[in-house]
Amino acid sequence: MTRPALRVAGVVKRFGPTLALDGASLDVAEGEVHALIGENGAGKSTLLSILAGLLEADAGTMDVAGGPYRPQTPRDARQAGIALIHQELSLFPHLTVAENVVLGQEPRRRGLFDLDASRGRTREVLEEFGHPEIDPGARLGSLPIAARQVVEICRAVASRARVVLMDEPTSSLQRPDVERLFGLIRRLAASGTAVVYISHFLEETREVSARYTVLRDGRSVATGPLDGTTNDALISAMVGREVRDLYPRREAAKDGAPALAVRDLAAPPAVRSASFAVRPGEVLGVFGLMGAGRTEAIRAVFGLAPGSGTLRVGGRDEPVAGGTPTRRIRQGIGYLSEDRKGEGLALPLSVADNVTLTRLGSCARRGIVDPTRQRREAEAAAATVGVKAASVLQPVRTLSGGNQQKVALARLLHQDADVLLLDEPTRGIDIGSKAQIYEAIAAAAARGKAIVFVSSYLPELLGLCDRIAVMGRGRLSEARPASEWTPESAMQAAVAP
Amino acid sequence: MSPALRAAAARLAPVAGLLAVVLVFAVATGAPERYLSTNNLRVVFAQTVIVALGAIGMTVVIVSAGIDLAVGSTIALTGVLSAILLREGQPPWAALAAAVLCGGIVGLVNGLVITRLNVIPFIGTLGMLGVARGVAKWVSGQEAVYPPATWINDLAVTIPTPSWLVFAPGVWVAVVLAAVMAFVLRRTVFGRRVFALGSSEAAARACGIATDRLKVQVYALAGLFFGLAGVMQMSRLRLGDPTVAAGTELDVIAAVVIGGGSLNGGEGGVLGSMVGALAMAFLRNGTQQMGWPNYVQEIIIGAIIVGAVAVDQLRHERR
Repeated sequence: MTRPALRVAGVVKRFGPTLALDGASLDVAEGEVHALIGENGAGKSTLLSILAGLLEADAGTMDVAGGPYRPQTPRDARQAGIALIHQELSLFPHLTVAENVVLGQEPRRRGLFDLDASRGRTREVLEEFGHPEIDPGARLGSLPIAARQVVEICRAVASRARVVLMDEPTSSLQRPDVERLFGLIRRLAASGTAVVYISHFLEETREVSARYTVLRDGRSVATGPLDGTTNDALISAMVGREVRDLYPRREAAKDGAPALAVRDLAAPPAVRSASFAVRPGEVLGVFGLMGAGRTEAIRAVFGLAPGSGTLRVGGRDEPVAGGTPTRRIRQGIGYLSEDRKGEGLALPLSVADNVTLTRLGSCARRGIVDPTRQRREAEAAAATVGVKAASVLQPVRTLSGGNQQKVALARLLHQDADVLLLDEPTRGIDIGSKAQIYEAIAAAAARGKAIVFVSSYLPELLGLCDRIAVMGRGRLSEARPASEWTPESAMQAAVAP
Repeated sequence: MSPALRAAAARLAPVAGLLAVVLVFAVATGAPERYLSTNNLRVVFAQTVIVALGAIGMTVVIVSAGIDLAVGSTIALTGVLSAILLREGQPPWAALAAAVLCGGIVGLVNGLVITRLNVIPFIGTLGMLGVARGVAKWVSGQEAVYPPATWINDLAVTIPTPSWLVFAPGVWVAVVLAAVMAFVLRRTVFGRRVFALGSSEAAARACGIATDRLKVQVYALAGLFFGLAGVMQMSRLRLGDPTVAAGTELDVIAAVVIGGGSLNGGEGGVLGSMVGALAMAFLRNGTQQMGWPNYVQEIIIGAIIVGAVAVDQLRHERR
C-alpha cells in the first residue's frame, strides 16, 4: 500500500570548511507525515534546501516516486513535484491570492495570463481544503496570517506536489492556528502527498507525524516509528551525548552589589515590565519563548531600542530612555545579538577586524591602527573562546556558524565589558562549539564578569546559570536559584497568561 | 589559495585590467613609443585629475555602503565659487580653501539629509544634484565666470612650469591625497569603522559606533574632495562654468567600481579606484588616437564597467 515517495541516501554537502551534511538519509512513503528532527545546525534546513533545488548536493542519491532526482534549480524541484513551505511564509503580499497560488505555473491563454482560469483553479483548491471563504481576488497582504498559511499550502496542492517539505511551519503561529495547520497537513497526507515536517517541538511533532528521522552533525543517526519512542531517546539521539557533560562546573557566585540593576523596564508592546539585577561573577538566565519580549528587553537596556525604566550601573542610576550603544559600552556593558549574521558580525571583514571593532582604540595610537597589535589582541581573544580559523585575517564569512559565534563572543571579551548581555549565544551552532561557548561564559563569570544569558533552550540555562528569571508575554518573573526551577515550572511561567 | 594571496590577487585584478588597456592601445595605435611618451602620459594624467579626486571621495562613500550623485553639480558649484572669488580680487589660496570648504558643506548637508531626515543616499544626493547645480547657475548669473590669471590656472595644465615637475601640480596633489586616503581607509580607526559600517550597519551600531555621525563625516569628507575637483575643473577651463561636469558622478562611480568597490559596501580601496580612473582615461585617450568616433569609447567604457563587476561577482561566488 505504501509506495516510497522520496528516498534520500548518503547526501553530502560541504560549505567551505564546514561539512553541513555528511551522509543524510531519509525515506518517506506516499501519504506519510515524516518528522525530521535535530538540533539547530544539525543540517535539517540544508537537506530541505537541497531537496527544494536551492542547493546542490556534493554526493549521494535521491529518488522521487522511484525515479532519480537531482534538481539544479527550484524550478526542477517543482516540476518533480517537490514543494517547500518555508519558516517565514514565502508569499507576495502585493499580489492576489490567485496570483500567489498559481505563481510559476500561471495558466495562459494565447500567451496571456488567464485570470479566470487561475481564479477558478484557486477557488477549487481552496474549497477542497475547506476554506471557500477566502476570496481568490483578494490582495494577500489584506488577509490575516492564518489565511495566508492556507494559501501557502494551497499553492503546494495546486502545483500537484508529491512531496511537501515544511520547515518549522508553526514557529510563528498561535495554538489554534497550529491545530488548524495540523488539520491541513492531515488532509494533505490523506490525499497521498508525502510530508516532511521539521519542528523543534517534540510533542507537536508527535501529534502530526507517524515516523521520524533524527539528524545529528549532518548524519541520519536514528529513524523509526514515533510510537514507542520516548522523548529522552529522541533527545539523546539529537545530542549524541549525555546532556550533563556539556556544562562546565561552576563555583556559586558570591554575594555582592549588582554590576547592573534594571528596574521597571518597559518597551511596549513587547516588554511590559521587567526588573532584574546581576552581580559580578554571576550568570543570570532569562528564559522565554519566541515573542516573549526577552530580546526586546535586552535591546532596550543596551540602547538599541527605545524603552523606559531605570538602570543602575557603576553605582549610578540613570533612565533607560535616551541610552545609546556607545554610552552603554562606555559604561562597561557588552551585547551579543541573537542575529549573528545581521547584527552580530560584519561578515566580509576579517576575524581581527570583527574582534577588535568595539575597542579599536586599544590597538591604535592617535587614530592609526597598529596592525601587529590588532592581530595580536584578536588572536588572544579568539584563543580564549577557541575560534578555529586558519588566520585572524580570514574573512568571518568563511567560518562555520559555530566559529562565527565564537568570534562574536570574542569581540565582547576584547571589549572587556563588565556586564555581558548574551542573547541566544548558542543558537544554530554545533554541539562542540556550544560546549566551548559555555566554557567561555563560565570562565568569564569566574573572572568576575556579570552575565545575563538569554535563551529559549531551558536545559542550557539550568546547566549553567546561578539564577533564572522567566519572561512570558512581556513580563519578567523574579529571578530564583536555578536549582528551584524544573522544566515544567519554567515552561508554566513562560506560557502563563 | 591562502586568504592573503587571494586578497592580493583581488587587489591586482584592476591593475591587470589597466595594463591590458594600455598594452592593447600601445599596440593598436602602432606607435607604442608615442602612446607611452611623456607627452601623452601628461595629457592622460591631466585629464584624470578631476575624476581621480572625485573617486577618492567617492571610495569612502561607497565603502560605507552609500552613494553620492551630486558630484558633478558640486564640482560646478565649487568651480564657479572659486572663479567668482578670484574675480572679486580674493587671493588664490582663499579661493581654493573656500571652494574645498564649500564642497565639504554640500557633503555635510547630504549627510544630514540622509541621517536626520532618513532619506536613502540615492534620493538625498539626487536632490542635491539639482540643488547644487541650481545654486551654481544662480550665483554665476547663468554664465561663465572669467577669473584673472593666477597660479590656480596652472594646477591642471598639461605641461607644467617648472618643467622638472614633469606632470601637472594637480597630478601630484592627487597622487599624494590618494596615498593619504588609502592609508586613512586601511589603517585608521575612522577607516576601519567606515568598512564596518558598510559591511553591516546593524553590527556597527551594536558595536557602539555612532553610525549616523560617521555617515555625516563620510559625506562631508567626500565633499571636500569634490570641492577640490571643482577647483581643478576651473583650473583646466580657466573659467567657472555652472553647466560643466554634468554626469561626472557616473565616471567617478565607474572608477570606484572598476577598482573593486562594491555598491553593497564594505569593499573597495582608494588605490583600486585610482587604477579604475586611469583605465578609463587611457581608454578615452586610446580611442581618440585611433581616430575612433566618440560613441565607440562610450560603448567600450559601458561594457568595461559591466564586465568589471561581472568578474568581481564570479570571484565572490567561487569562495
